[in-house]
Amino acid sequence: MSIETPLRHEAGASVLQQPLLEVRDLVVRYGRRRKAAAAPPAVDSVSFSIQPGETVGLVGESGSGKSTIGKAILGLQKVSGGSVGFQGEDITHANAGKRRAIGSELRAVFQDPNSSLNPRKTIGASLAEPLRVRGISGAEARTKAEDMLERVGLPRDAVDRYPSQFSGGQRQRISVARALICEPKLVVCDEAVSALDLSTQAQVLNLLADLRDEHGLSYLFIAHDISVVQFLAKRVVVLYRGQVMESGLAAAVTESPKHPFTQALVAASPVPRPAEQAERRAVRESLGVRTAAAVAATPGGCPFRQRCPLATELCAAERPALRRVGASEVACHYA
Amino acid sequence: MIPTLPATSRKTALTKLSGHRLINSPAGLAGTLWLSAIIIASLTAAWWLPYKTEDQDFTAVLSGPTAAHWLGTDELGRDILSRIFASAAETLGTSFITVIVGVGLGTLLALAAANSQRGEGIISRVTEVMMSLPGTVIILAIVGAVGTNIPLIMAILGVLISAGIYRVILGQAKSLQNQLYVDAAKVDGLGPFAISVRHVLPGLATTIVVQSALIFAVGLLIQAGLAFIGFGPPLPQPSWGGMIQSASQHVYDAPWLMVPTGVVLALTVLSANAIGNALGKAAHATASHLPSAAIRRKRAGQAVAAASAAPPVQDAPEAGKLSVRGLSVGVDGGTPLVTDVAFDVEPGTVLGLVGESGCGKTMTALSLMGLLPTGVAVTSGQILWNGKNLAAATDKDMDAIRGRDIALISQEPMRALDPMFTVGYQLTSAIRRLRSVGEQEAAAEALSLLEKVGIVDAKRILKTYPHQISGGMAQRVAIALALSGNPRLLVADEPTTALDVTVQAEILSLLRSLVKDTGMSVVMVTHDLGVVADICDHVAVMYAGQVVENGRAASILDNPRHPYTLALLAADPHANSAHDMPERLATIKGQVPQPKDWPTGCRFAARCQFAGSACTVPIPLLPSGTGAGLVRCVKADELAMEGLAWVPTDVPASHRLDIIEKDMA
Repeated sequence: MSIETPLRHEAGASVLQQPLLEVRDLVVRYGRRRKAAAAPPAVDSVSFSIQPGETVGLVGESGSGKSTIGKAILGLQKVSGGSVGFQGEDITHANAGKRRAIGSELRAVFQDPNSSLNPRKTIGASLAEPLRVRGISGAEARTKAEDMLERVGLPRDAVDRYPSQFSGGQRQRISVARALICEPKLVVCDEAVSALDLSTQAQVLNLLADLRDEHGLSYLFIAHDISVVQFLAKRVVVLYRGQVMESGLAAAVTESPKHPFTQALVAASPVPRPAEQAERRAVRESLGVRTAAAVAATPGGCPFRQRCPLATELCAAERPALRRVGASEVACHYA
Repeated sequence: MIPTLPATSRKTALTKLSGHRLINSPAGLAGTLWLSAIIIASLTAAWWLPYKTEDQDFTAVLSGPTAAHWLGTDELGRDILSRIFASAAETLGTSFITVIVGVGLGTLLALAAANSQRGEGIISRVTEVMMSLPGTVIILAIVGAVGTNIPLIMAILGVLISAGIYRVILGQAKSLQNQLYVDAAKVDGLGPFAISVRHVLPGLATTIVVQSALIFAVGLLIQAGLAFIGFGPPLPQPSWGGMIQSASQHVYDAPWLMVPTGVVLALTVLSANAIGNALGKAAHATASHLPSAAIRRKRAGQAVAAASAAPPVQDAPEAGKLSVRGLSVGVDGGTPLVTDVAFDVEPGTVLGLVGESGCGKTMTALSLMGLLPTGVAVTSGQILWNGKNLAAATDKDMDAIRGRDIALISQEPMRALDPMFTVGYQLTSAIRRLRSVGEQEAAAEALSLLEKVGIVDAKRILKTYPHQISGGMAQRVAIALALSGNPRLLVADEPTTALDVTVQAEILSLLRSLVKDTGMSVVMVTHDLGVVADICDHVAVMYAGQVVENGRAASILDNPRHPYTLALLAADPHANSAHDMPERLATIKGQVPQPKDWPTGCRFAARCQFAGSACTVPIPLLPSGTGAGLVRCVKADELAMEGLAWVPTDVPASHRLDIIEKDMA
């Protein structure tokens, strides 16, 4: 599929923008040889692109392949098919040297603030590592680390401390500082706020939004919580069992979801207003989506068909292609 | 806020390793002293030894300790002391070759294997072959081929031992390799070698040092053994094994001859083992600061007695009603974790305990079950269940209530299920125990319970093991397990936090229908205000160990009175839909204070946008003006009257420093 920029094929347009990140027909299979061929792929022909300065959200349940896509982009997961392009360059199978070359522009913030910083290194050493890899001197790296800590709202002297001396929220800010220290173009945020409490989650989300506005960053924001995603992302891609179910503007996808799975996902996300939540519950129960526990994964056709109230024989026979429905792209025969 | 943690945590793993761990263990200390003494004595032997190794004193052959020969002489009248220490340097040094080769090679192999799956496959097969080779035979073959070249033999011994070391280190190296900070380093562009050296190897330090100490002891023994059977250094050069061998020929006529060499060898081996044990044990140190079981029981007894002394409440006991009054929970030794918590749960209703982590909601819930962790106990207050005070109940009384009257479901359903037994076995044995019914009846009941919790193919699920079912299914099974004693109250500790939202919605619907059908009540611990809105009738908002607001869920969520509740709602992205999503979410500066830092006044004041001078005195729970609601804020009426809202602090990241300075003050 792809949400292609309409400008892309316009000849000679000065406004022509090359997507910052372009994922095309990405396939990732776990396991080796026969085992990999037998199981349905963890990521199955996923395509999307991110423009400079744009934030795209990747939403799905556990096992939807959203984190695997992030890892494939970062080179942490071997890709079985398709391609990942970054700034017009194919980085699908980039080696360590190539990764080092683009490592300052393509960065990551991970979920668990407890294990994303080496407990045996000072904050300064962890922050300086990406700079040192690029041959920046120790003293300069330290100053940069101090500046960056200040930017994420921590005192400069935090450079000499160890991760265990900080709370979860502070550690996640340090991870953000580590990602942004070499002035990247794109940051992959893999469940970057999921482990945090409400008030700290809001602090980190605000920080990400501020830094984006200041530096014109792009984010690939991966999360299971569609409400968190829509705070940062203008565009979202909804995944189910490794396939794109729906993609489009965040407002359109969350307010008038077209795919039965997106409808179920949006309706299941509870809101803290009892009267409205009661309405949403009634809507959810009327959707008639079957429970995930009742069905096993079977290859072929639409991955959601066994839970889907609209499913017919066609859905088992033929995998629905993404097509435009309203303002979004939807992979459903009946949307 | 930052300087709250002790400075000791600044020490690196390595300084901790070499430092007080050894000294704290008597055996480790003794071992270190002995080994240092032996090493120093053997290195300086040339300067202080009274005799040369081959000097013979025919006036004192096979003598015991004398003034001239402190440790006696051997069958040729040679001084034992001189011979032991003259050969010590070589013995220790060549044993160290085994350590360097064995541990070094094993570590390198483990690091390489942890780096790539294919490498691991190959290396593991090779080491399996190495481990299956008979070591003694190989060493004897090498002696036959190249003669008694001790350094070479010890190096080959190291190679043979490295296979075992590899096995020990591999698991740890692999878990370190899977840490997110290794992923982060890969994203930086660090190559596999740099990652191994910078991020994996430091984490292996303890294991490597412990293994080295143990292998050193093994090397010493094997070397002595080889010399004993005649494969030591060529005569007349002394060696420990050789000296023991010659002593063994005089066991009857000169038994003393065995003692000095044997004792030195045994003590050196024991020292190496003691050092290894001390370092290894320190790495898995237990929580020794906690009081012993006996002291805990005594303190709990005192607390219970104090609780019973409190006047009973006047209300007539009501079946299935839970009343918590003035409940305080604290660590043995004083630090309070929960203070003066009060709430009621009527039959057939759901109470939500809400707050961020560190607010005491889980401790409150666990105290209802009498399941507080070791070292934590109820310090005052009452938990009235059917008119009986559970805070003063003995363990035996609680056993009769747990599972039957009050049941628990936890955040991690897999923890409630034993991986060794089938779902059916666990369910039927719980039913048999709690309801005293026969096996057949229990089996039928298990099936109907699974159907009751919405499992479609209950018969198949009964035969499965916990690892074969999904997280949502496991939580259903855990709920069925909790229902097996027909409880009247269900304590649910974040039961849906680990689940996908669609599964969460299903579990909440299930709980709602169970409450409706059975009339049981639920205490639901959660941090998710959406979950509260969905299922709770009443809610108690907790902050820093206190209830700051409680009342009907609908009125609190739609019309919050406490600034903390206001702030939580404003920080929740779920409270906004896409079209009215704000530019910035509201935040609460700083973080929940540690129990030891709780102020005497309002505990939220330091983070509150509306705090004033009136907030520095202890604040009681006051009627909030909406129904029976209570709020712990002196400014609640003022805020409600002026319609004040928690405003997002609109500070760009680059100017954030002023907030931090306030935080730290």
